[in-house]
Amino acid sequence: MAKIPVQFRLNGSDRAAFVGPSDNLLTLLRRGLNDFGPKYGCGQGTCGTCTVLVDGDLQLSCLTLAATCEGKHVETVSGMAEGPVLHPLQQAFMDHFAAQCGFCTPGMLTAAKALLAANPNPTRAEVIDGISGNICRCTGYDAIIEAILAAARGGQAKRTY
Amino acid sequence: MARHRGRGMASVNYPIGMNLGGDPSQALIHSNPDGKFTVALSAIDLGQGMKQVTRQVAAETLGVPMEDVYVDTADSDTGPHDMGSFASRGTHRMGNAVIAAAREARGVLLEAAAEELEVNAGDLVTDGRGNIHVKGAPSRSITVKATAQAAQFKQGKTIAGRGIFLIPLSTVDPQTGELNPNTAFAHACLVADVEVDDETGEVTVLKMASAYELGRAINPKMVEQQLVGGAWMGISHALYETPEPYYPDPSHGPRDFNEYLMPGPGDTAPYSVTILERPAPDGPFGGKGPGEMCANPVLPAIANAVYNAVGVRVNDLPITPEKVLRGIKANGGARPQPRRGGGG
Amino acid sequence: MLEFRKDLFAAERDDNLNIVGKGAQRQDMPGHVTGRSPFFDDHAFEGLLHLKVVRSPHHHARIRAIDTTAAERAPGVKRILRGADVPLNKNTLLSLINFGKDDEPTLAVSKVSYKGEPVVAIIAETEQQALAARALVRVDYDVLPHVFDVEEALKPGAPVVNETYPNNYFEYHDRYDHSKLRFGDVDRAFATADFIVDDRYQMSPIEHAPTETNGSIAAPEQNDRFVVHSCAQGLFFSLGTAAKILKLESNRLHFIGGTVGGGFGGKVDSLTEPLSILGAMMTGQPVRYVLDREEEMLYGSPRGAERIYIKDGILRDGRIVARRIRSYFDAGAYTRLSSYAAIKCTAHLPGPYTIPNVSADIYVAYTNRCPSTAMRGFGITAVDFALEVHMDKGAEACGMDPMEFRILNAYRDEDMKAHRRVAKNTALIECVQVVAEKAGWPLSDEARRQSSLTGGGGARALIPATPIDDNGRIGRPETRTGPATETLPAGAMRIPMTKQPIMEGSAEARPTPAAVPQYEPYRPTPASMPPAYQPMPAAPPPAMPPTAATAPPPAAAPAPAPAQPTQHGAVRFSSVFGTRRR
Ligand code: FES
Ligand code: FES
Repeated sequence: MAKIPVQFRLNGSDRAAFVGPSDNLLTLLRRGLNDFGPKYGCGQGTCGTCTVLVDGDLQLSCLTLAATCEGKHVETVSGMAEGPVLHPLQQAFMDHFAAQCGFCTPGMLTAAKALLAANPNPTRAEVIDGISGNICRCTGYDAIIEAILAAARGGQAKRTY
Repeated sequence: MARHRGRGMASVNYPIGMNLGGDPSQALIHSNPDGKFTVALSAIDLGQGMKQVTRQVAAETLGVPMEDVYVDTADSDTGPHDMGSFASRGTHRMGNAVIAAAREARGVLLEAAAEELEVNAGDLVTDGRGNIHVKGAPSRSITVKATAQAAQFKQGKTIAGRGIFLIPLSTVDPQTGELNPNTAFAHACLVADVEVDDETGEVTVLKMASAYELGRAINPKMVEQQLVGGAWMGISHALYETPEPYYPDPSHGPRDFNEYLMPGPGDTAPYSVTILERPAPDGPFGGKGPGEMCANPVLPAIANAVYNAVGVRVNDLPITPEKVLRGIKANGGARPQPRRGGGG
Repeated sequence: MLEFRKDLFAAERDDNLNIVGKGAQRQDMPGHVTGRSPFFDDHAFEGLLHLKVVRSPHHHARIRAIDTTAAERAPGVKRILRGADVPLNKNTLLSLINFGKDDEPTLAVSKVSYKGEPVVAIIAETEQQALAARALVRVDYDVLPHVFDVEEALKPGAPVVNETYPNNYFEYHDRYDHSKLRFGDVDRAFATADFIVDDRYQMSPIEHAPTETNGSIAAPEQNDRFVVHSCAQGLFFSLGTAAKILKLESNRLHFIGGTVGGGFGGKVDSLTEPLSILGAMMTGQPVRYVLDREEEMLYGSPRGAERIYIKDGILRDGRIVARRIRSYFDAGAYTRLSSYAAIKCTAHLPGPYTIPNVSADIYVAYTNRCPSTAMRGFGITAVDFALEVHMDKGAEACGMDPMEFRILNAYRDEDMKAHRRVAKNTALIECVQVVAEKAGWPLSDEARRQSSLTGGGGARALIPATPIDDNGRIGRPETRTGPATETLPAGAMRIPMTKQPIMEGSAEARPTPAAVPQYEPYRPTPASMPPAYQPMPAAPPPAMPPTAATAPPPAAAPAPAPAQPTQHGAVRFSSVFGTRRR
């Protein structure tokens, strides 16, 4: 099948690839561009582990056709920290022990980032709404909700490794 | 139509590990020339925190800061054999293997320091901040770093240790079930407050309170992670989850996360946990391991609370609205039971 | 919210520790929040191939023919694997510790025993190509009758699910169709009880549902070895299983894992490793085999269903004098870990209570569903549900508060447990008291005064005379019930005590320099009973109470001449259960 050329920005860098017409963005990121930040949890849009931002909008990369990303800016958890300096959300997740196995964490962080970009001071209910597309099987969610609320309050010092 | 509140409790214990024994775990520890230690394991971290638990146990036993210990797991070329992370055996079995390895390494470390300080190794203590000194004479001291350097480049000693932990295998009497199971048991009691809607049959968990006796809580933050996450899973098991909703008829099973029901982030209940620590005689620093039992008391406590609320005994899990409604109907209506324990 | 009650058991603890007991940050947390933690699938390989399996659409069927010719010609297909390609196409997980017989093929050959059983594996350049080729494989089946209910499966004439166990039950000790627990005389005690509480419980299967599905990537490494990135919960367990199935020496496999996206027991079975390694061996290229979510949900083994019957005999004052349990583990089509779950369950009974007469029969039954496996709370979760709902009913029957009822019956230090060992390190009573206090649940003064440390032992430490039976002899299903064949005298113990290592660190927390823990090696004891237990006074059948006033124990009965277990060579599970690998 004929491949389609696609160029886009990934976490601030220009990337180019040839994709099939039905290839999804998750597979392109992971297997084509070696960005293993977004995870495969279902491939059906039901778990949120593959969550990325496309031009700032929340997208499930398993349901996004790679070819549609032409000219767009894709952001994943891999680009969240500024060099060695963690994003306040990442720091808040650490401080609140908001990860156990860590598999849902990339998607949670990305969903939280989109939430705070649209609504810098969310209520608890708004945080719950913001991550309602993301499944966590380990934590029972409370630590994650608290971490996002704390990051929104901005009380977190940035930390280098 | 009405919503009824109810309260239920349950108390449980949990046997740690493969209860017949015969399940060894091994650990290796070695030091860099500057006194930084690597623990090599083949144990698995599923999210329960194996790496961090063994790191704290190793640092405590070595007598060095936690930052000076790194746990490397799991690579079958470098980590020695371990049975695996299941049956709550990780903290208990692997923790003990790490202690054994760390003690051997500490022995060499102190011998090397003794040689440098020209004292008896038995007179030396560590301060947990990277120094070794003579008991009662902190000024006669040497750093772990200098000791490691001297050991490796001057004395020709390897600061390393091997550890294994094995509870010997027990036989079982076929007729009575007599056996020597391992000795560590964790304990818990939990109270659940629920609300049951007698029109929809829906059960909402309002809040829960529990006490867990876990031996030593090696890392309280990670204990909290396990207990909170496990309680969420308990609610999920009690009220929602199954791939065979009409078991033993296997039809109508869910195929994905849309159909397999679990509580979402908006369905959690306030939960307060109290930790009791009665150290296990054979546990690492008395630790037992909270990972497996943390959902267990939630299931019966919720079932008992549902009975207290509407007088329906649901003996089949999960407690779906359908089962609650059928029970209410069979009883000719909701039959709230006497309030329990100052309940609700 | 987490709080500590450091005042409880403080005398048994040295809290003067540096790092243990501190809520330090997890070593793996920076990797988790940056997305850099390396899960098995987070590894790039040049020329990575993808493996997908063809699964049975039937619950039970004979395979007449498999035709893969069209699939072989499909675009991108590199190799097709069938049962005959698997070097040792029959295994049971616990064969690594010699427990149970090999009963499960990697790829089914002559019949399928559950819907979803793998039959053919397809390796192609892309996942889409593998999926497309999968649709081209033709398998002809003769559908067979199936059985889904555990009790139906154990009836004579039920469809044979698993030819290795032709009567649909796991065989314990080469002797019984179930695992037994006998302690005291339950029938006599039921006759003395004021209340009988009898009920049936059922737990449906539960899926582990980790956010990361099962999978592995295997690739040829230098020196004729294979590197395997695995999600296994037991790295060497999986390595050993793969080495056995593939007939490889263990040092030709290099397993890397340890960072797993949740397991909860669902990643013990080595569901994918043998086939991905075999694929790498056959193609000389890296092969990735990952379950999709639907496969994980339907065919990644669940926590097995359990059906539990409990009958309690209770005195008017609330003491439980007898408990009988009959339970059925639904193993699905193959054994996996159900056999061990039942062992753990049997030893757990009757729960954390001191009950002077206990009897349990725990069955592992095969049915035509996806094999079940371990899950968080292995062997315990379902029976704890049943026991604790039953306790609620018991409290109601005798008109007691449920917490008071638990405290009254709770086990305490020095009590005899049903598996004939003394309880130590107990803490149930304190847990109940602490929760009662914080939940505002009123307790009587007497209940508040109780302690796990006192009140146990004495008459509660006795092993009662126990009628034993030969019910459930293998191959004689009609013998599942029957009269006792003999009565073991009070105090009887037949299993030698093993030495338990005692770790310092509980009372004496700081390890002594240079000290390495000493273990006394296990030696089969010639005498079956340790002196400490030798003169065991006979128990008056319903013996118990936690309060006070008990009849003085009768004169000591001489210990019976014990059966001597013989062991040869290494202590293996084969000597425990008499089961051999095929
Ligand atoms: S992988 Fe995209 S939503 Fe689950
Ligand atoms: S931390 Fe494991 S799924 Fe969220």
